[in-house]
Amino acid sequence: MAVALILLLVAIASVLFHLYSPWWWTPLASNWRYIDDTITLTFWITGAVFFAVVAFMAYCVFRFRHTEGRQAAYNPENKRLEWWLSVGTGIGVAAMLAPGLVVWQQFVTVPADATEVEVMGQQWQWSYRLPGKDGRLGTSDARNISSDNPMGLNPNDPNGQDDVVVQNDDLHLPVGKPVKVLLRSIDVIHDFYVPEFRAKMDMIPGSVTYYWFTPTRTGTFEVLCAELCGAAHAQMRSNVIVQDEKEYHAWLEKQHTFAELSGQRNVAKATYRSGSE
Amino acid sequence: MVDVPFDTVAGIPPAEVGEVELYHPRSWWTRYVFSQDAKVIAVQYSITAMSIGMVALVLSWLMRLQLGFPGTFSFIDANQYLQFITMHGMIMVIYLLTALFLGGFGNYLIPLMVGARDMVFPYVNMLSYWVYLLAVLVLAATFFVPGGPTGAGWTLYPPQAILSGTPGQDWGIIFMLASLILFIIGFTMGGLNYVVTVLQARTRGLTLMRLPLTVWGIFTATVMALLAFPALFVASVMLLLDRLLGTSFFMPTLVEMGQLTKYGGGSPILFQHLFWFFGHPEVYIVALPAFGIISDLISVHARKNIFGYRMMVWAIVAIGALSFVVWAHHMYVSGMHPYFGFFFATTTLIIAIPTAIKVYNWVLTLWRGDIHLTVPMLFALAFIITFVNGGLTGLFLGNVVVDVPLSDTMFVVAHFHMVMGIAPIMAVFGGIYHWYPKVTGRMLNEVLGRFHFWVSFLGAYAIFFPMHYLGLLGMPRRYHDIGETVFVPASAHDLNAFMSVAALIVGFAQLVFLFNVIWSLFKGKEAGGNPWGAASLEWQTPETPPGHGNWGKELPIVYRWAYDYSVPGAIRDFVPQNEPPAALSAQGAHP
Repeated sequence: MAVALILLLVAIASVLFHLYSPWWWTPLASNWRYIDDTITLTFWITGAVFFAVVAFMAYCVFRFRHTEGRQAAYNPENKRLEWWLSVGTGIGVAAMLAPGLVVWQQFVTVPADATEVEVMGQQWQWSYRLPGKDGRLGTSDARNISSDNPMGLNPNDPNGQDDVVVQNDDLHLPVGKPVKVLLRSIDVIHDFYVPEFRAKMDMIPGSVTYYWFTPTRTGTFEVLCAELCGAAHAQMRSNVIVQDEKEYHAWLEKQHTFAELSGQRNVAKATYRSGSE
Repeated sequence: MVDVPFDTVAGIPPAEVGEVELYHPRSWWTRYVFSQDAKVIAVQYSITAMSIGMVALVLSWLMRLQLGFPGTFSFIDANQYLQFITMHGMIMVIYLLTALFLGGFGNYLIPLMVGARDMVFPYVNMLSYWVYLLAVLVLAATFFVPGGPTGAGWTLYPPQAILSGTPGQDWGIIFMLASLILFIIGFTMGGLNYVVTVLQARTRGLTLMRLPLTVWGIFTATVMALLAFPALFVASVMLLLDRLLGTSFFMPTLVEMGQLTKYGGGSPILFQHLFWFFGHPEVYIVALPAFGIISDLISVHARKNIFGYRMMVWAIVAIGALSFVVWAHHMYVSGMHPYFGFFFATTTLIIAIPTAIKVYNWVLTLWRGDIHLTVPMLFALAFIITFVNGGLTGLFLGNVVVDVPLSDTMFVVAHFHMVMGIAPIMAVFGGIYHWYPKVTGRMLNEVLGRFHFWVSFLGAYAIFFPMHYLGLLGMPRRYHDIGETVFVPASAHDLNAFMSVAALIVGFAQLVFLFNVIWSLFKGKEAGGNPWGAASLEWQTPETPPGHGNWGKELPIVYRWAYDYSVPGAIRDFVPQNEPPAALSAQGAHP
């Protein structure tokens, strides 16, 4: 009796916790409402199954617990019942899978008008690169990395000269414009993760991965690393600041291009050399 | 050799092969230490697994102390936290659960349940244990090498596993990989034994479709392990070569702390494919024996045949087969080609169907049963709840697009602890309370058992159910300290503290269990041969605990399946598998 009651209470408490606990996903700030909707749908279907199974168990424990003289039924199988349950489960599974795959199709299809932005991870910081006036990012290679060229951009690639390089600073994005985030790492695997955007992808040294999203509201959103990357994994933070078009351009104007930065460094180097002589 | 005649009435053919003389121990050493008796090896495996499991339990306390009260314990820093989670995960999954289910339960139960005198290769079986022990010792040694154990996470993903930004890069990772290689060698020796014994050493009359589901679960899991572990083996060898000889199997051109390394041309994702080709079947290597054990516990303690036996067997086989084509659902956000997502999400969700059938059949076995709420039965009920809960959250993570926001968050941690941590441990405890009387001849104490059950079940549920919601919030896993983070409210820190307190309480309840196991060995109630009134063969041995060779002079003959409970018209509410049909016993044909 007590056992049946406790089992039932576990099911009820789980449902109540789900409905009334203060912990829920952080408010969305991207176009991926469909992902949230699929999660909600999955919660409903799985929640109903969980409650039904546990409640049925609790009822059985209550109704068929051992008492003097009870004999269990002898009932090896029931083909019809088993097939019905299998088919029903199949339908429930399909009801979750189908919308999931449809949304996945959208997730992996990058819209043609998406602007490319590069995020580079390294132990333990983020760097960003935006295409310059030509709208194209230059090539890069870990072999080019030096203190003058920490992102390893190809110094001979004309496309890369006007690329905007953002280091030790936050990434700014215009609101309402689809963005294709190109993800790159120069040492270990990282993962560019902004909970409010819902999207996430590992960054693999040696290749470029990507995802896309459209920021839907302005604000400052915290960037975390979601793939274990060594001792300071938890401190690898940055921010994405989503702004309206005007503020974004004002910020962009103040940034430096790769050519400017390497020029500056060359100047600095020359001064240093002459100074030492 | 004994020549056993054809059983004309029951239509059971004579043995195809005569019996082979067993190795008989001649001294204390060969009886209890270098023993070739599967039952002794089973106990050795279990004790070793639980000892190293205690280490992993203590590590989980340290992790929870850090997560619940960050900054309070100055002796835990970021490096140590990573080392704790890595060792906790690796020990629990491989050195505790795999070893305990297959080496412990498998060794003890397979020969007894199939009516064999021992495993078919007793000497190799003994070697299997000693190599396993060596693997455990090498693993434990990593705590004492310079730099400590590896902190690469139990998945050991390169490049970070072998680069200097990760703790334990000097020695820890080398010892870890060496230990895994040893474990796999040891397991293969045991695993071949289990498979051949089930296929070749079943007693007369025991067809495959009369086997208890425990044997089906362990057998299928072992076949899977024999196919899956080689992938981990090659991955470990290659990673070891990358670390020691500077090969680049998994290492692309990369920079280490600002310096260009000599690595180049390798693929980090290749390691992930190899790891998860092992890693996903591993989940079911732990789950299938639990499925089997739970099926038998429910049937025995509800005094009712398992519902839909044939469907249960095929579900086990189907899950085993399907689990080899779902591995990349651990890699949806790994950067592999996104179109893989369609395939792996579909196969993953299809696995839910045979799994759901098993759950239905367990609860339908309770329906119109005669439910004895013994301690093993309580653990079985808790298994169903935690397994259903963890299985359903698997539908979130398996559905590729839903996984994107949830992967690498605490939601994943909560999910896999519920489904392959708590649930299998419930099966382990249920199994121990159930078979302890056969192993020792004494019952475990009931009062302590109930205390242990309620604290463990409700406590563990209180840890891991709320944890899902931290993941939903966006809290990432493998963070020693989430720190000041905008989207994490203060209440989430209180929840973390609550879960930590619950974890400590659950941990201490395990000490009650250990006390019970030792105390009952000497003071437990005498059990007799078949205290639960069970029908399967292991309860029908002439002696309890069973002697060397299990069956005395003559092997049992099996006339029925393992689930003849509450058969209408029978005198008792169970009919042992080796009890001849009424017609036969009336003639006095059976000894």
